[in-house]
Amino acid sequence: MAIHPKEQRLVLKYADEPGYTPSIDSYLAHGGYDMLKKAVTMEPQAIIDEVKASTLRGRGGAGFPCGLKWSFVDRKSGKPIYLICNCDESEPGTFKDRQIVHKDPHQLIEGMMISCFANNVAKAFIYIREEMPYGAKILDEAILEAKEKGFVGDNVLGSGYSCEIVVHRGAAAYICGEETGLIESLEGKRANPRIKPPYFPAVLGLYNCPTIVNNVETLCNAVHILDMGAEGFKKIGRPNNAGTRIWCVSGGVQRPGYYEVGEMTLGELVYDICGGPLPGRSIKAIIPGGSSMKILKNGERYKGKNPDGSEYDWGLEDIPLDYDGIAAAGSMSGSGGMMVLDDTVSIPAALANLMAFYSHESCGQCTPCREGSLWLKKITSRMVHGEARPEDVDLMLDVAGQIAGRTICAFGFAVAWPVQSYIAKFEDEFREYAAHLSDPNADRQAIKELACNG
Amino acid sequence: MDLKPETLAEIEAAIPKYPEAQSAVMPLLHAIQKDQGAISNEAAEWVAEKLGIAPINVLSVVTFYPFFRQHKIGKRHIRVCRTLSCAMAGGSKVCDKVLSEFEAELNHASPDGEVTVEFAECLASCGSAPVMLVDEDLHENLTVEKAKEICDKIKAEAKA
Repeated sequence: MAIHPKEQRLVLKYADEPGYTPSIDSYLAHGGYDMLKKAVTMEPQAIIDEVKASTLRGRGGAGFPCGLKWSFVDRKSGKPIYLICNCDESEPGTFKDRQIVHKDPHQLIEGMMISCFANNVAKAFIYIREEMPYGAKILDEAILEAKEKGFVGDNVLGSGYSCEIVVHRGAAAYICGEETGLIESLEGKRANPRIKPPYFPAVLGLYNCPTIVNNVETLCNAVHILDMGAEGFKKIGRPNNAGTRIWCVSGGVQRPGYYEVGEMTLGELVYDICGGPLPGRSIKAIIPGGSSMKILKNGERYKGKNPDGSEYDWGLEDIPLDYDGIAAAGSMSGSGGMMVLDDTVSIPAALANLMAFYSHESCGQCTPCREGSLWLKKITSRMVHGEARPEDVDLMLDVAGQIAGRTICAFGFAVAWPVQSYIAKFEDEFREYAAHLSDPNADRQAIKELACNG
Repeated sequence: MDLKPETLAEIEAAIPKYPEAQSAVMPLLHAIQKDQGAISNEAAEWVAEKLGIAPINVLSVVTFYPFFRQHKIGKRHIRVCRTLSCAMAGGSKVCDKVLSEFEAELNHASPDGEVTVEFAECLASCGSAPVMLVDEDLHENLTVEKAKEICDKIKAEAKA
């Protein structure tokens, strides 16, 4: 994909360079594994300190500070420490890890090896979703190449440090992206997330050993933090939002795709880089960080107070495109999967689409989520099929309210937030829609296609 | 169990990669499903014995993960993404086209046994929506016309 001039590429710096291939030769020709060479001469704690100082935050969804996560690892248990790369990229709207794995797998391997060395890990896993079969093959091949060159395996670069990486394929279950569900899956079980406490992965993770679970993009950033130093890394982006982020834009824009950027506003990404809406259309709303995140409505003002006491008053396009900016607007940057909904999109039908997704993907362990997600699918589905009942909007809010915060894992929020936020921002549309669609002559073809739930 | 030599080799190579044998359940199921088209009860018991675990622990995995199946499907597995970005870009029409080309019903093998068409949840390629997987190959930026071309190619390959 062509690189936009407003991008600032770090992780995807070489991925789209003409002639660049996933082979180790390409990577080595671009300075690959130099940072691993540097890392093995350092004190492991110094690497952890550098990552901590960089203020790198997780790129998978929650945005937890990576160095802090590493610092929670129980190093006195006497048990082995595991590192797992979460490449189960399945949050609807997200397709960044796919680019890294398919185009620059050695960067991920180098990032993992640096992270493993820093945390005294001797066995690491890459959990990759089943739907990326070529990605798994590319990674397997890349690991073999890296082993031959002494970057992975026994006695890495003659340092005396040894670490294996195993590629593990999922089997099409979204919940494996939840770190404790992933761990259960890697243990060969159903991916039912574990309850915290006590099962914090840093203490009781894989095989009840201390375990680090990091996203693909997060691990790649370890390479750049060693390269640029924590101070250099922090120069990109606003404080507490250090480094670049890869945004995946889909839906109603002229140039959908993945864009790696530093500090900018949401409007710069959507209008300048992605070209804004299609001709004759306008942007109705944006789901900023994957389908689980609360929707942002166009035309609304986003107001509040900054930590320094000053006030902000943003339109949708003014929202700073980072963790704290999108949080200040009432949503989350999540996994960076931005879905743009233009004025042709029916919000209730979009919700029906997503509720079909969540009811399919609920692991079924917690009653509120298992039953609630199915009911939300049924209610949104009957709305789309012209069988809405007057009480349905309130009923949806009631069901969503009984899921959020009452389940073992964050999936409960992922089901509830779209329902709660779509209705909060587009309540009139839901109510009008229900009434209008009860009309036997209403044309429901387009909305049925959008709901796409049978 | 009558597994191909390369499947057995894949299985033997997978088990020692893991600190605990049960972790190899999924790689073994992947290998067996590729070999046999589905996971039979006999296969589940075979995996259980191989890994020293109870058969129910294998079956519980088979029945949890959408990709593992207990019944065979058509020769080609077509999965059309149905989640929001693909749906906004016309994924539903693409799916309808593929179904009609093979006179198939969703989730059932076509009458000629050539394909099984299913909806898949987000395939992580939303920027090039709508997309579908044909076995391991991802097809992007689909239109009804492009979907027809892919179907024609599958039909031609079936005849060859």
